[in-house]
Amino acid sequence: MKPAPFEYHAPSTLDEALSLLSEHGDDAKLLAGGQSLVPAMNFRIVQPGRLVDLNRITELSYIREDGNVIRVGAMARERHVEFDPSIAKHTPLLHEAAPNIAHPQIRNRGTIGGSIVNADPAAELPVLMLALDARLKAKNNSGERWINAQEFFVGMFTTALEPDEILVEIELPFMPNRTGWSFMEVAPRAGDYALMGVAALVTLDDAGKCESAKLVYLNAGDGPVNAKEAAESLKGENLNEKLIESAAAHASKNEITPFGNVHTSPEFQRHLANVLTIRTLKQALQRAGESQ
Amino acid sequence: MTRSNSITITVNEQEYTREVEPRMLLSDFLRHELGLTGTHVGCEHGVCGACTIMFNGESMRSCLIFAVQADGQSITTVEGLAKDKDDLHPLQQSFWEAHGLQCGYCTPGILMSMIPFLKQNPNPTEDEIRHALSGNLCRCTGYQHIVDAVKLAAEKIS
Ligand SMILES: Cc1cc2nc3c(=O)[nH]c(=O)nc-3n(C[C@H](O)[C@H](O)[C@H](O)COP(=O)(O)OP(=O)(O)OC[C@H]3O[C@@H](n4cnc5c(N)ncnc54)[C@H](O)[C@@H]3O)c2cc1C
Ligand code: FES
Ligand code: FES
Repeated sequence: MKPAPFEYHAPSTLDEALSLLSEHGDDAKLLAGGQSLVPAMNFRIVQPGRLVDLNRITELSYIREDGNVIRVGAMARERHVEFDPSIAKHTPLLHEAAPNIAHPQIRNRGTIGGSIVNADPAAELPVLMLALDARLKAKNNSGERWINAQEFFVGMFTTALEPDEILVEIELPFMPNRTGWSFMEVAPRAGDYALMGVAALVTLDDAGKCESAKLVYLNAGDGPVNAKEAAESLKGENLNEKLIESAAAHASKNEITPFGNVHTSPEFQRHLANVLTIRTLKQALQRAGESQ
Repeated sequence: MTRSNSITITVNEQEYTREVEPRMLLSDFLRHELGLTGTHVGCEHGVCGACTIMFNGESMRSCLIFAVQADGQSITTVEGLAKDKDDLHPLQQSFWEAHGLQCGYCTPGILMSMIPFLKQNPNPTEDEIRHALSGNLCRCTGYQHIVDAVKLAAEKIS
């Protein structure tokens, strides 16, 4: 259980890291928090010839407000995201969900960018990026581009990034007024990857009707799963128990495709999705009402 | 064979300079190069918590950090807690008094996780303690006495 040999680079600027990446191509792998990459290297599931360590690049580690968005550098640690006051105030969904990501010792090292690029279908951050309509900034040697979260996650452990690109920044719009939120998951042990999890958002209009809703699931397919039909069914309605239950039934039966694992069958995951959707929608609705 | 790098690391307030291959894990560096075998190794994929150390004051898994990455950084291991066997850290003293260990395999990782936890949260509830312990596996105690020891330490420290 020891990693195979590799060459090691520790650039101190983003430009240096980008040059190394374009020079060495597929042979080089970026090392962020290492909380997913190093276990895979210890098991020799991956054997990169070269690591480009991003940990000395201080310009990639920040969280700041900018107008009505929050800008988060890709190397911000998950633990900093969890405790940041701007995130708690303007994207409370992310603040509330963050303690569900692994254990404190892992969050101290793991980064927001690493988890997003890793694109594990069971991870919380990709789900939260979709729920919050995040935009992701990628850079390579010749320029930069913005990618919407919806287009970023293209499959199991797969993203829209090109091999020569580095994710540098995450842009999080402030959650709109009159929006309630909720995140719930079921894990065998606190800090483990969850069997099922849901992020729910409900925005009410002046009259207290549902202006828009969002339901995004983890461990429910080959990436974060956005249950658009169930969310759409709530739009324009005065939300009540019956509507919430039928949205939950629709999402858990028709919009997710859980695979099951050693801890759970797909049927049990669907059951959890149904129960968690009802609970999260109720909590989000209540919070949206309180914020009016 | 890849080039080795010269690194200088402060461990328990003492500076060490060594040549290491990039693939050497910090856990192996501490144990094999420095002889600090208090840091235990269980799973080498971040799950068991036995290898937890403090990296610039924050608890982290030493099996998921390469020694080269610790160049210029400050590490505290369990060996850095007590000045002398008769002068234990209050957390160690509490583990002794409350029987917070049996075989002791998990203990160093738990101590190195609970020190920053108690600093951040000096008066934790039982629930908070159990949550903070969720990243450390113990196969002996059933955790009850570990929770008691952490509670006792919180009283002693405050
Ligand atoms: C015991 C344990 C339990 C865990 N439980 C959970 C959990 O419950 N939920 C959860 O979501 N996660 C969990 N994790 C994973 C953890 O959140 C990781 O930190 C995270 O998934 C990866 O982040 P990292 O910074 O460590 O990335 P790394 O491991 O360093 O990198 C991951 C991948 O992303 C690439 N990469 C990293 N940064 C960039 C970038 N800026 N641009 C382009 N590519 C990049 C790397 O090349 C690599 O392929 C757990 C990990 C452990 C060890
Ligand atoms: S050996 Fe590092 S967490 Fe198990
Ligand atoms: S005391 Fe034996 S593993 Fe915890």
